[in-house]
Amino acid sequence: MKRDLTPWLILPIVALVTLPLMTFSTWVTLTIAGAAMGMMLFLMASGLTLVFGLMDVLNFAHGAFITLGAYIAVTTMGRLSGLGTADSLALNLLAVLIAVLAGAIATGAIGALFERVIIRRVYGSHLQQILITMGGLIVAGQLVIVLWGAQPLQVPKPATLRGSFLVGGAAIETYRLVAVALGLALYAAAHTILNRTRIGLLVRAGVENREMVEALGFRIHRLFVAVFIAGAALAGIGGVMWGVYQEVVTATIGDEMTTLIFIVIIIGGLGSITGCFQAAILVGLTTNYIGYLTPKLALGSNIALMVIVLLWRPRGLFPVAKQ
Amino acid sequence: MPETPLLQLEAVHTHIGRYHILHGVDLTVPEGELTVLLGRNGAGKTTTLRTIMGLWKASAGRLRFAGADITAMATPDIARLGIAYVPESMAIFTGLTVRENLVLATHTGQFDSARLDAVFALFPVLKTKWHDAAGGLSGGQKQMLAISRAMVEQRRLMIVDEPTKGLAPAVIEHLIGGFKTLKASRTTVLLVEQNFHMANSLGDSVAVMDDGRVVHAGSMAALAADEPLQNSLLGLSLASHQ
Repeated sequence: MKRDLTPWLILPIVALVTLPLMTFSTWVTLTIAGAAMGMMLFLMASGLTLVFGLMDVLNFAHGAFITLGAYIAVTTMGRLSGLGTADSLALNLLAVLIAVLAGAIATGAIGALFERVIIRRVYGSHLQQILITMGGLIVAGQLVIVLWGAQPLQVPKPATLRGSFLVGGAAIETYRLVAVALGLALYAAAHTILNRTRIGLLVRAGVENREMVEALGFRIHRLFVAVFIAGAALAGIGGVMWGVYQEVVTATIGDEMTTLIFIVIIIGGLGSITGCFQAAILVGLTTNYIGYLTPKLALGSNIALMVIVLLWRPRGLFPVAKQ
Repeated sequence: MPETPLLQLEAVHTHIGRYHILHGVDLTVPEGELTVLLGRNGAGKTTTLRTIMGLWKASAGRLRFAGADITAMATPDIARLGIAYVPESMAIFTGLTVRENLVLATHTGQFDSARLDAVFALFPVLKTKWHDAAGGLSGGQKQMLAISRAMVEQRRLMIVDEPTKGLAPAVIEHLIGGFKTLKASRTTVLLVEQNFHMANSLGDSVAVMDDGRVVHAGSMAALAADEPLQNSLLGLSLASHQ
């Protein structure tokens, strides 16, 4: 079977087609900003696509993990103000890294509890999954208000990660480069685990045919739980990065991203990490390009992008075989 | 009938939702033999195999494998007792390569080189397609891969559901050759098959199912020699399918 390379060409085509429509420095600024936005979207969406692909679970409460991650960023960055305000890039990055780890651990733990208490009862029923996870999202939102209050909270962005620098006339925000680096590192890690390890092989096989994986002697439920925890932790990391980027966190920060996240995983192909990665960057880039070229169309650009992709490839850019 | 049965089903009933599919199946699979399960469409053959694997739970009755009660066991535990299952759909992982499909069937992730050589000797095409995506294989090649997945590690019992379905005659002959090699190695096989030529070529013993029950059990040779019995059990004769 020949490998279909067409979806891999979409990103370079979109980037190159827009290049003649603006100055090079503007294009560089928009492209790096779009890629950074895409990386944060990838972090927030990758867990959801894996959970749906492997477990066939529609988790509408995924946004709650993003919200929790963002509030963990509030608490952690607040307590690490010494590291965050230091005039040292290394110490500032350490503060972000600690917040990312704290976000991953907290959301991973809550994810494990969520799977045990809520998701496990509704395997196999999409309607029940939608209803109960929507309920979970509401409860989680209220718990966040109980714990952190209803007022928007500031996240202190580390000193050296504020502002931007110029490269050949293009303004590049420092924090966005950090987001790009972290997104690339986590994508590389996820890609390596999925394609180079036995656990990854089982996950890919389980996405296609859970029953046969069990008939080969593997307890797929343990894999389900591990993937759900990893998905929640990734959403938490995305929430930390998004919260620090926004600098203000509210109890609906995750809910506000949910629609965009669903657009990303649908464009990418449900269950595909590579598809999620490409789609997230595609969404980030097109949002920026269209926002710059025709601001009035920016609001509907993501929906339009999804419609165009689905008309071309109804199962997304990188459809996952499923039996 | 020689030897102790490796697999034994006693009065097994299976419900799928509100449908009562198996109505008290009694079946024995002797060790080291190839047992063929025959029957019309809808007789309950696939349900019987899925019930053995624990993919559908028996609502009554008892299943024993190598002396152990497997009635309430989970599918992975049943598989780990040494039962390989090749479903009718083949259930090849089409997004994985041929190699990855086979490596999943090993418990350590490492191939036994002698067994892998045996697989390649039986189905050489798999060696040439080793790094290709399994989704690109032909129907016959997918079936060879599905059977190889059951062979790549030592198993006590192979359960195979209609391996010849939809395959060209030349491919079926190739598969028959493969099963004959398995028989020669005294591998125990429970084979559901509608192709009577294949059933007759391979079967040591036979069980015929109808309406969720085993209505006849005996030697394949005896059934092959008794045309009136074939007509009464199956509504046709093996001779017409040679």
